[in-house]
Amino acid sequence: MRFGGIRNGALALAVATGALSAAAVRANPRPWQLNLPEGVTETSHAVWDLNMASFLVCVGIGIVVFGAMIIAMFRFRKSRGAVAEKWSHSTKLELVWTIVPVLILAGLAWPATKVLLQNKNTAGAQMTIKVTGYQWKWRYDYLDYEGRTVKKVGFMSSLAFSSNKVRQLDSGLSPYSVKAADGSNDYLLNVDHLLVVPVGVKIRFLVTGGDVIHSWWVPDLGWKMDAIPGLVNAAWTNISKPGIYRGQCAELCGQDHGFMPIVVKAVPKAQFEQWLAAQEDGARLDKAARTAQASIPHGPGQG
Amino acid sequence: MAHASTQGHHDAHHEAPSGFFRRWFMSTNHKDIGTLYLIFAGLMFFIGGAMAMVIRAELFEPGMQLVQPYFFNELTTMHALVMIFGAIMPAFVGLANWMIPLMIGAPDMALPRMNNMSFWLLPFAFTILLSSFFLPGGAPAGGWTMYPPLSIQGGDGIAFLIFFVHLSGISSIMGAINIIATILNMRAPGMDLLKMPIFVWTWLITAFLLIAVMPVLAGGVTMLLTDKYFGTSFFNAAGGGDPVLFQHVFWFFGHPEVYIMILPAFGIISEVIPTFSRKPLFGYKAMVYATASIAFLSFIVWAHHMFTTGLPLGAELFFMYATMLIAVPTGVKVFNWVTTMWGGSLTFETPMLFAVAFVILFTIGGFSGIMLALVPADFQYQDTYFVVAHFHYVLVTGAAFGIMAGVYFWLPKWSGHMYSERWGKIHFWLSVISVNVLFFPMHFLGLAGMPRRIPDYNVAFADFNMISSIGGFVFGASQLIMVGNIIYTVFFAKRKASDRVWEGAKGLEWTVPSPAPHHTFSVPPVIDDSLLAHGDVSH
Repeated sequence: MRFGGIRNGALALAVATGALSAAAVRANPRPWQLNLPEGVTETSHAVWDLNMASFLVCVGIGIVVFGAMIIAMFRFRKSRGAVAEKWSHSTKLELVWTIVPVLILAGLAWPATKVLLQNKNTAGAQMTIKVTGYQWKWRYDYLDYEGRTVKKVGFMSSLAFSSNKVRQLDSGLSPYSVKAADGSNDYLLNVDHLLVVPVGVKIRFLVTGGDVIHSWWVPDLGWKMDAIPGLVNAAWTNISKPGIYRGQCAELCGQDHGFMPIVVKAVPKAQFEQWLAAQEDGARLDKAARTAQASIPHGPGQG
Repeated sequence: MAHASTQGHHDAHHEAPSGFFRRWFMSTNHKDIGTLYLIFAGLMFFIGGAMAMVIRAELFEPGMQLVQPYFFNELTTMHALVMIFGAIMPAFVGLANWMIPLMIGAPDMALPRMNNMSFWLLPFAFTILLSSFFLPGGAPAGGWTMYPPLSIQGGDGIAFLIFFVHLSGISSIMGAINIIATILNMRAPGMDLLKMPIFVWTWLITAFLLIAVMPVLAGGVTMLLTDKYFGTSFFNAAGGGDPVLFQHVFWFFGHPEVYIMILPAFGIISEVIPTFSRKPLFGYKAMVYATASIAFLSFIVWAHHMFTTGLPLGAELFFMYATMLIAVPTGVKVFNWVTTMWGGSLTFETPMLFAVAFVILFTIGGFSGIMLALVPADFQYQDTYFVVAHFHYVLVTGAAFGIMAGVYFWLPKWSGHMYSERWGKIHFWLSVISVNVLFFPMHFLGLAGMPRRIPDYNVAFADFNMISSIGGFVFGASQLIMVGNIIYTVFFAKRKASDRVWEGAKGLEWTVPSPAPHHTFSVPPVIDDSLLAHGDVSH
């Protein structure tokens, strides 16, 4: 319930929609979910507000226009004896419904511009992660953290085995049987290696594609960014709550486009630093163990 | 109408050619070619619809049950191409062929032989496109938007798609030239530009859009072709090219294309609503200017399809503001339709029902369009089912409902018989309910996080997908009622249609007999302003 005025609004639909999404602290899509998740970043909250503001403006205009139409359909029925009037023009009216929409749109463009400016500003990031889309998996490389270069921490992240065997044509296995550690269903939303990030840190993502165009999207972070070969796009996030946030590739990238999810595990800063150090040690000691999952609770297949 | 009856007498000497082949394959008659276009569009509507049924069946529940993921991508790609280029666009050209000469008092289209050719390219174009299913590697599966590098990764289906685009593009350009030449040169004396029916106006503007953008698409796909087969690197980053360049070229075509598919529907609705409101169209001139403004704006908003490609801030702001601006002339149109109904004397025959549904449901599609225009919000909506819901509201309950309204509206004029009003209403109510069951839940799916173009999904999306699929099956089946009704009307109906057909009908097309004789207006009609649909616009 972040958009002021919703709670007091008379619009039952809006209230219902808002109430349902207010419960979206848990990061997975829920059955019967009607609205965007509010998410766990400043950006995602701002986008959610913008989403609600534009939705309510549309509902308002809809009530006026469809209301007028419905009244017309009842009042001016020939079967009720309505006789057609002759007028077909009114400059005054037409000016009104040209100018008023311009003002309403300007009212929406203003906050949208503000959020966009904030969204585009990747300056001041304390950490950089390079995300590369491949058919059909993601690669994550940790480039720097708090001003120092991270040494050789990077790994591939693909669909977890538990989902992959169920999703084969005629596997005979039920998608409802794929469960995460907390018991929630994570069919097609689980990976072998999670992207581990700290909370409360401004993280810059450099997003690119290795073969075709992909799009990296975690709804709880509030944005998606296309992963385009030959182009490095920048985006940022600053996650406020520890948790597991799931998303999917959003740009058609071939036959397994639907099967390359994204799972972000946000942990407290100290825990992240521990994890990162272990990864760097692992990289130093044994190149092959670079993607070791020792400090991640969810191992392969349970992600 | 004195001149109309002499017209009928005159036409008796020029009946349609007797041989089936001569009449239908060698036709230069705008009515026969219009009929061919409409039959072709109907056929493609069901082919594209069949693909949609398989898509919805696979998405009926989570897990993969029916098709392989790659074939699923072939289906989504071909469904879009068939519906856009095979169903919607030819249906509008068919309506233009039939109605524009009748509405402006012309004896035929300006370039009748080219008219024949622009139709007969289409069956060949679609044979090429649909035959790609049988190629090794299958049909194109990179989406109808053909984004490289993905689109040139597969088999030779893409080459078939590119040649299809060339052929149907030539067909569209020839059709557009013909329509412009007809409207600008063949109007009856007294049919000034600002007295033309809105349907003619919207088609005039649409035709200019077609001529402007079809060559851009042809150029873009030709670059794809040389990238794939001749070693060029227009869109290949490794060779110094840019994959995003294709998206700019494609959407410079693609966004005006969206309006190519909706402006003629605006025209149809602007004919139907005044007829069944028995009141002149409100704000005729504003309607014309709004159409022209939308057409202009459609050229400067293309990158709103590309907000997540990492455009620079300035570009994103410009395209957001320009896109939002389109809501203004579109709003003018909606307000004018509502005001036309206000103070009228309304009846609700099938064409009017479809027109009313069009206004409401198209506006819902417009609302989600405004939401999508807001760049930061689009970062969430882009490439999700929210977008799928948006463009199906605009194209199915917009363009397709507009066509259905037009078909029911003019069918009595074409066939000389009244269609079954009862079955028309059954078709309408089944369609309007099922189409919302089909597409409305897609908004929720997209907002909850379901990407588009995926064959399988998390169980959280199961409920709304099942509802949507059920709506889809009912909507698909309902369309058979329309086919049945049309066949009944043309071949079996007993009730003759009067010349005017509808009590409130105005305009030249209603002054000729029903069915419209093979040749009409061999002698230009006398224009009486008070008989035009929008009344006297001199003030």
